[in-house]
Amino acid sequence: MDAAQVNSEVNLISKTFRFFSFSDYSVQVVVLGVIFMGVGCGLMGGFVVTRKLSLFGDTLSHAVLPGVAVGFLWSQSKNSISIIVGAMIAGFLGVFLISLLKKTTRIGLDSALGLVLSGFYAVGICLLTRIQKMEFGNQSGIDRYLFGQITGISASDVWAMGISCILIALITMIFYKELLVTGFDHGFAHSIGLPVDFLQYLLWMLLAFAVITSLQVIGVILVSALLIIPAATASIITQKMRNLLVWSALLGMVAGVIGSYISFLGSRLPTGPIIVLTSTLIFILTLFFHSQNGLLFKWLRLRGKERKIALENTLKAVYQELEGNKFSEDSVRLGNLAKRRRVSMPEMYQEAIHLVKKELAFLIPVKNQNLPSENTLTLSPAGWSEACRIVRNHRLWELYLTNEVQYAADHVHEDAEKIEHVLGDETVRKIERILSNPRRDPHGKLIPSRQDIEQGFIEKMVAKNLS
Amino acid sequence: MNEFFPPLDLVDTFWMPWATSKDFIWNAQIVTMGIMVSLSCGLIGSFIVARKLALMGDAISHGILPGLAIAFIATQSKALFPMFIGACGAGLLCSFCIEWLAKKTPLKMDAALGLTFTSFFALGVLLITQMGNHAHIDAECLLYGEIGFTPLAESITWGSIEIGSRPLLSIGTVTIIIISIITIFYKQLLVTSFDQTLSVSLGLPVRTIHYGLMLLLAITIVASFESVGVILVIAMLIFPSTTASFFFTRMPAILFCSIPLSIIYSLGGFFLARWLDCSIAASMVVVAMLCFGIAWAFGPEDGVVTKLFLKRNQN
Repeated sequence: MDAAQVNSEVNLISKTFRFFSFSDYSVQVVVLGVIFMGVGCGLMGGFVVTRKLSLFGDTLSHAVLPGVAVGFLWSQSKNSISIIVGAMIAGFLGVFLISLLKKTTRIGLDSALGLVLSGFYAVGICLLTRIQKMEFGNQSGIDRYLFGQITGISASDVWAMGISCILIALITMIFYKELLVTGFDHGFAHSIGLPVDFLQYLLWMLLAFAVITSLQVIGVILVSALLIIPAATASIITQKMRNLLVWSALLGMVAGVIGSYISFLGSRLPTGPIIVLTSTLIFILTLFFHSQNGLLFKWLRLRGKERKIALENTLKAVYQELEGNKFSEDSVRLGNLAKRRRVSMPEMYQEAIHLVKKELAFLIPVKNQNLPSENTLTLSPAGWSEACRIVRNHRLWELYLTNEVQYAADHVHEDAEKIEHVLGDETVRKIERILSNPRRDPHGKLIPSRQDIEQGFIEKMVAKNLS
Repeated sequence: MNEFFPPLDLVDTFWMPWATSKDFIWNAQIVTMGIMVSLSCGLIGSFIVARKLALMGDAISHGILPGLAIAFIATQSKALFPMFIGACGAGLLCSFCIEWLAKKTPLKMDAALGLTFTSFFALGVLLITQMGNHAHIDAECLLYGEIGFTPLAESITWGSIEIGSRPLLSIGTVTIIIISIITIFYKQLLVTSFDQTLSVSLGLPVRTIHYGLMLLLAITIVASFESVGVILVIAMLIFPSTTASFFFTRMPAILFCSIPLSIIYSLGGFFLARWLDCSIAASMVVVAMLCFGIAWAFGPEDGVVTKLFLKRNQN
């Protein structure tokens, strides 16, 4: 290791220590700030995403920009209440314009959102570029509202974020039930006499609070990411609104802390984008690797089921093959099985190996390995009982459909092909009772059971058929 | 507040830009750039709006950012072709991600859209900040563009003949491509935009046309982002056709309307910016907003005041 490397490692460790020991004043401000922001945006995001308002959130966050500029112009300084008031007014004006456009014109919602988003944003840019040319404009670097600049936040900003975060948490707790009902069933909420419009405006106001107080940290363009991504991640983890809100707040907080830590390590890592990308990474990990709803585990479960079904189908094919020979032999050739299962020879061989591994069958290889289709398969006792169970399920179901549901006999096979793999013992017993233990399926074939085989019933049948 | 609005010096604002031949050439390039950007965006935007894909346009305009950044890092130049490849790749990836998320996961379309484009945008901003200041492509320029720098860009020469500055040339090419494609495939574009079922039954390749339009959108955005920025592009896409829809209901009329509108936007924006000394691109959108406001109020088709007036006459 050369000196530079050692140096950078020491630097990394000391920076990590400085960040997590939480003793540095600037670190305290930053961490508290992102925690408040993550929780506030996460909670509001839960409502935004479940109400399908994600793009409203995006529009609102762009629309506050001219308000920020006017507020700054008014007070001629940053960190002031006038910026928040200005942003609030601009945000509400934007939302009001969208609903006005919806009401008075035929313009689609998507275009209306786009019009307000880009129009307000343009006014904001106009004002900001103008302010930069003025005397007091240079001192502030008001640009920070576009991308956010976490190192620039002050204690008073953190106070504002804290107050808005606590306000959001309190109001969501107090009005939880009402917000839940209005979010999912507007008509019902109206009919039980809830003040739907008031709740709607309350939500807009809280959303505006969350967006505006976060601007300093993350900027107008990316704040909507912080509304959407943690809540979207939470919606994969849970379906319950209460849990969703908790998860969303938690994930927003975690993304904020990790993101600000990473950006603290480097000199040229902008905090806003890093927080968003951390959040996206958490989303991707959850989407694929969540133990219940993750796509990977869903896929694995599906694959497991598919393999089980293939196995059962092979067993059934063996049974049918034996039945076709009137049970005169006790082994089947793989070539015949492959033909019946409509699979290629190598695939059939794989399935046979699978059966052998599960101790359901024995494979008797032929001497001439150039003829794999001549290999024969014999069922073990366990295999026999499993094969009988599947065939029995299939034929019982066919009989049930013809006798009890009045299906035509030639329409029942497809349905039974699917259901035979999922019928549980209890259901089978029930069907047996309803049909009073039948022996023959609608096509006149035997409905087998293990006992039949053990008691030599099939041999008797074979003998009877031969005679 | 008085300080904010400088006194309007008519001569300085309206005449001085054209007084000397040097100034004239300089400023005419800016105005031409503005006209061509809003014309090409307006034409393609009419179809985007009719298909209710305005927010998809928004998403793609944000989503191409990482592609542009990677192309720039790889080639160290702003040449149109690599930028175009990068942007198209990122744009298509972005729209693919959105569709995949909306179809294969429990997420709804709006959340899928918002999640994808903000993530892409964040990645793009991160990449651009890594390039440092030596790159002539900075974050602010991407956000609100610098149309005023058009005459400063290196000019492209063919043999010994100087043809024109690079951004002007690329947007010119794109405008010609768009106009010719719309002229050739007008019928197909029109039918697929308004009646999906009919176009399927007519045997039109609906998906190909959709992705073709997306590709065209990506080209337009690449050619214009440098001058108006990725977010104002969306304004240029939506404003012309929605404004025109207050005057006309037929597609050809709306398409032709983007010609006078783009001239108004460009000149108006130029003068407004000269007066207030602010961003030209943003001023263009402010002018577009004013035009939209006037059309919304007084447009013969669906204007608010017009409707009120008609109602009073009826009573």
